[in-house]
Amino acid sequence: MYIIIAGGGKVGYNLTKILMDKGHEVTLIEKDKARYAELSEELGDSVLWGDACEVSLLKDAGCNRANVLVAVTGDDEDNLVICQMTKAMFIEKTRTIARVNDPKNESIFVELGVDTTVSTTRVIDALIEEKIESEMLLPLTSLGKGNLEIVQVELSKKSKSVGKKVRELTLPDETILIAALRGDQALVLKGDVDLIADDTIIALTTKENERKLRKML
Amino acid sequence: MAKKKKVIVLGCGRVGARLARTLVEAGHEVIVIDSNADQFRRLGEHFPGKTVMGDGLDIDVLAEAGIEGADVFVAATNGDNTNAMSAQVACRRFKVCRSIVRMYDPIRAGAYREEFGINTICPTEIVSDLIQREIEEGA
Repeated sequence: MYIIIAGGGKVGYNLTKILMDKGHEVTLIEKDKARYAELSEELGDSVLWGDACEVSLLKDAGCNRANVLVAVTGDDEDNLVICQMTKAMFIEKTRTIARVNDPKNESIFVELGVDTTVSTTRVIDALIEEKIESEMLLPLTSLGKGNLEIVQVELSKKSKSVGKKVRELTLPDETILIAALRGDQALVLKGDVDLIADDTIIALTTKENERKLRKML
Repeated sequence: MAKKKKVIVLGCGRVGARLARTLVEAGHEVIVIDSNADQFRRLGEHFPGKTVMGDGLDIDVLAEAGIEGADVFVAATNGDNTNAMSAQVACRRFKVCRSIVRMYDPIRAGAYREEFGINTICPTEIVSDLIQREIEEGA
């Protein structure tokens, strides 16, 4: 494929190298002359100096034969205009991908014709959240063919269930709290047990209700 | 006077500030947005319109400025792309689809006019045409 990348910051530079390694033809456009000099020392003729918002430069970059255009500058308005101009002035079906620096702009970019948006902020948030969530709930063993499982959930000071009695909790369907590990003690979780921070809860639940359980605790 | 209009002016540079003043004098309701509060000095001491400091590309700033229900959105910042994007956000998000957008780059101005239906005004074209006419027709 022929891919044009606008913006030679860390994202644009690394993307260029990855795509080149995979055998694609890539042109990287960088506006800042000093940064351009740095990039072209390593990437040679694959780097063009100029403003990707200018149609004349997009033309020099070969925009009329590009399969994909990726706009990854640090300015959302530039990324939007680059994508829109590519479709309006060259080939309508060129796939455009824009980096969105302000996550609030994601949906508007799609409405305005950008094919795909990538929000760095959102990607990182999602990864961190997933990491935190997965650390909070640990499957210990599965029963039968794996539809039921025993899981362990760590409670923190921020957990919703802390300070409540077991009977006051709303639990997902097909879920039973079994025991709490508190210090070196293990308690059977009957209705009148108060949950406290740093308890490790052992529960029986289904694969589908695992996420809900973690949220409710 | 023509019917009173509610106008949002993004960018309080020479053009934005002058426009805001003359619109107010003509009896219109004007809200000026600029990311640099110092720029509001251009409006003079007793400007009766509203001024909002903030990024005109930020949906929350536009909402706070009271864009909803405006009749016209004017984008007159120095950035062609900021102007292009904010006018589209104004139309899509706030249904303010009557916009007038300054764009220095004649090619972009033409493309947004023809392909995206935005009312763009290109000072580069206008001024260079005027100068050429002066050269060719002037005594």
